[in-house]
Amino acid sequence: MATGETVGQRCPLTSSTGGVIYNHMVVDTREREKQTDRLFFALSDTTRRDIVTRTLDCERSVSELGRLYPISLTAVQKHVEVLVDAGLVSKHRSGREQLVRGEVNQLGRAHELLDGLETVWRSRLERMKDVLNETTGKESE
Amino acid sequence: MTVWNVDKNAETTTMVITAEFKTSITNVWQLWADPRLLERWWGPPGFPATFEHHDLTPGGTITYFMSGPDGGDRFDGTWNVTEVDAPTRLVVEDAIVEDDGTPSDGNSMTRMEIDIEAAGDTTRMILTTHFDSLEGMEQAIAMGVTEGMKACMSQIDALLAEVAA
Repeated sequence: MATGETVGQRCPLTSSTGGVIYNHMVVDTREREKQTDRLFFALSDTTRRDIVTRTLDCERSVSELGRLYPISLTAVQKHVEVLVDAGLVSKHRSGREQLVRGEVNQLGRAHELLDGLETVWRSRLERMKDVLNETTGKESE
Repeated sequence: MTVWNVDKNAETTTMVITAEFKTSITNVWQLWADPRLLERWWGPPGFPATFEHHDLTPGGTITYFMSGPDGGDRFDGTWNVTEVDAPTRLVVEDAIVEDDGTPSDGNSMTRMEIDIEAAGDTTRMILTTHFDSLEGMEQAIAMGVTEGMKACMSQIDALLAEVAA
């Protein structure tokens, strides 16, 4: 989906937060997998990826985001909720506005994204093996 | 049999993945060098990749696109080839492109180094993926999404349509 091109240049003066640091608790593998699923799901949509990108540098209100996309404000809010579930953005209230902020815990995200990337490459390597099997008949087991 | 070793470094946003294939170095090289083979494994099921332009020489470019079963959700990618030493080493930079296929501002680059070497009677492939930014990593993952995601996507589309109605 084509989204706005130059709309996102203005940064509101509301990004006065210090860094938010999350304690990385020890979570079991199942929980990590579920979190990766949520992350993958959240990133599967162009609009949601765009929302994350646009809120990493500065906070934006939900209504401001709503003007960027040819979908209803309710639909934008749904997208934001999915991103919140995935930990990719957080929501804050400021007066009458709901502000969305790309999650600043970059390192934590990097860990999760690397897990996602590993999954992608594991399946690619499996397919490589299949292609080798079919084309050379030598790679087996 | 394929043996994995995965080394992930979040600080440098780098992943090194090692796999072994019971085949020759040349055959593994061909997986990258032959666009018809490359497109059989690059895209996830349901998102086949088509490599339109494949110039495997230093300074050359490789372009591809991936599209879903319904023809929607098209992703475009461009690799700038920086190093070629057939059949053992290949380095490409993955340029992030916008929906219309034009290169974006160039801030998000991914570098892939592929090293292929003999390991006993098997061939080892070492893939080093380095990202300049988390956004680049996000895009790489989004482009590698699995089939299961398609179901999720249609679910949320249905949900959104319901909400918007």
